Amino acid sequence: MADREETASVAIAFATPRPIARRRGSYWGEVWRKLRRRPGALVGATILGIIVLAAIFAPWVAPYNPDTGSILSRLKPFGYRGHLLGADELGRDMLSRLIYGGRVSLLMGVVPVICATIIGGGFGIAAGFGGRLANTIIMRVMDVFYAFPSVLLAVAITGAMGGGVLDGMIALTLVFIPPMCRVTETATAQVSGLDFIEAARSSGAGGLAIVRYHVIGNVLGPVLVYASSLVSVSILLSAGLSFLGLSVHPPTADWGLMLSTLMQSVYVVPWVCALPGAAIFITSVSFSLLSDGLRAAMNVRG
Amino acid sequence: MSNVLRRVLLALPIALGVSVVCFAVVDIAPGDPLETVVPPDATAATIAAIKHAYGFDRPIIVQYFIWLGHVFEGQLGTSISTGRPVALEVGEAIANTFRLVVLAVPAALLVGYAMGVAAARFPGRLLDQIVSGGAVVGISLPNYWVGVMLVILFAVQWSLLPATGMGQLSAGAFGIFAWADLRFMILPAISLALIPTGIIARSTRAAVLDLLSHDFVLTLRANGLSEGAITRHVLRNALAQVIAVIGLQFGYLMGGSILVETVFSWPGSGFLLGRAIQNRDVPLLQGTVLVLAMIFVATNLAVDLVQATIDPRLRRG
Repeated sequence: MADREETASVAIAFATPRPIARRRGSYWGEVWRKLRRRPGALVGATILGIIVLAAIFAPWVAPYNPDTGSILSRLKPFGYRGHLLGADELGRDMLSRLIYGGRVSLLMGVVPVICATIIGGGFGIAAGFGGRLANTIIMRVMDVFYAFPSVLLAVAITGAMGGGVLDGMIALTLVFIPPMCRVTETATAQVSGLDFIEAARSSGAGGLAIVRYHVIGNVLGPVLVYASSLVSVSILLSAGLSFLGLSVHPPTADWGLMLSTLMQSVYVVPWVCALPGAAIFITSVSFSLLSDGLRAAMNVRG
Repeated sequence: MSNVLRRVLLALPIALGVSVVCFAVVDIAPGDPLETVVPPDATAATIAAIKHAYGFDRPIIVQYFIWLGHVFEGQLGTSISTGRPVALEVGEAIANTFRLVVLAVPAALLVGYAMGVAAARFPGRLLDQIVSGGAVVGISLPNYWVGVMLVILFAVQWSLLPATGMGQLSAGAFGIFAWADLRFMILPAISLALIPTGIIARSTRAAVLDLLSHDFVLTLRANGLSEGAITRHVLRNALAQVIAVIGLQFGYLMGGSILVETVFSWPGSGFLLGRAIQNRDVPLLQGTVLVLAMIFVATNLAVDLVQATIDPRLRRG
């Protein structure tokens, strides 16, 4: 109590209304605590955790080999002779293929977003901080790519390049760069107008140093939240590309590809055919739930 | 009027940029575009002559402007796989896609708008929770999988509607009013409408909730207007935002229906794109992408203009 009175005058001088005792842990610690209190985010994270772990440890989790089938068990319904989720058109175990399929599908959903975040984020910071000319050039080029519906752009680029997992990832990266760039540009422009940037500049910090120490840290929140919401879209689009036969080639297990091959058997085992799409949907929803929680926990608007 | 002109002028460079990207599509395609034309035993002189005939020996910028000139004349080249003019192929396919979209968008608007308004009028109630929660789920819903599920339910389990195809087209170009044609369109149209419905519902809800908190609503209420009359005022104001969303969704559906069209074997623009890729038909791919992207640009422009007409505040924007 005594030293509280002593510091009272200092406290008034700095005008800090917030009690110091409430500040515990870092910013990310705070985010994590808020995230844990949101049921939607928890559900999303739990489901994703299970899917990711199953995909990583697929050889130990999957009951059968995903690539070898038996002619005797072709197109069988749920629960047929130990095939919990049935078997596909080559008699391969559906559960095992779904577990293995998560590997390619998750990779194709996440990698383009990471690449686009780095590239698009870089362009966005350059546009938001690099002056008028840089802004005009970068943002007008991005506007052109905005003029394509995302599905059309992804399909056209993958198709023109010939198709394949790598082509699909490059195409999706190109699709996500413009929106990523726009979000980063907006956030950067907001931060650059703040007083502490002016203070840093007037005390002699160079442009790169300001970006490195002041801008990146401050735009990271909205950029990461937006990137996490893009993963959900990316899962859908990449699965869509392999559904069209543009990225993953058989016999690799992939949800989109499985959905497209099983569609021919929709009259034989309808509900088995619905499974790969359900996997795509559940993964995508989980990412969006997690992203929504993150948005709320990090207090990002928009 | 100057406002209209300014927006059109702003859209022009974008349209030009789009044409550059479409032109570049040929360049990123692997292999020589002349591979199919040049005989394997051709001499260097023959190859040079063929290259000259196709204009491939000129600088890439000159090639682009020659190509652009043809586009303005409505010539998109000839499809390699069918030998028919690309413009004809694209025109037919886009008409088919339009038949679906013209069914899907009004349905999405009607259902989505009604849901959004109802959710905003009774915030926190069951419907509001469904609309808000449904938005998260709806955005993550792969519409091609919804198509498969609809086929499983309506075609396989209950045998109510045909699973794929377009039927005989007995009633001409727009057979929406003939059941024989319409029944082929219901399932693909529902698959296409689902995501726009969710998005329209969510943005209507947000727009109406935002407007209800404005001072003019308080004034209306203080003047003794009934809730119904207040809602009418709010709805007119919300319409501008909702129209923007609808326009964007219309453009997305015209260009992004490839997955749903593949599920239902619907011979639209997306299906054509798939065929172009399958057959490595570069002129067809280029033409289809160009026309679809231009439709998207034109839709966005139209949305801007309509919005400015409805909401005078946006005119200066």
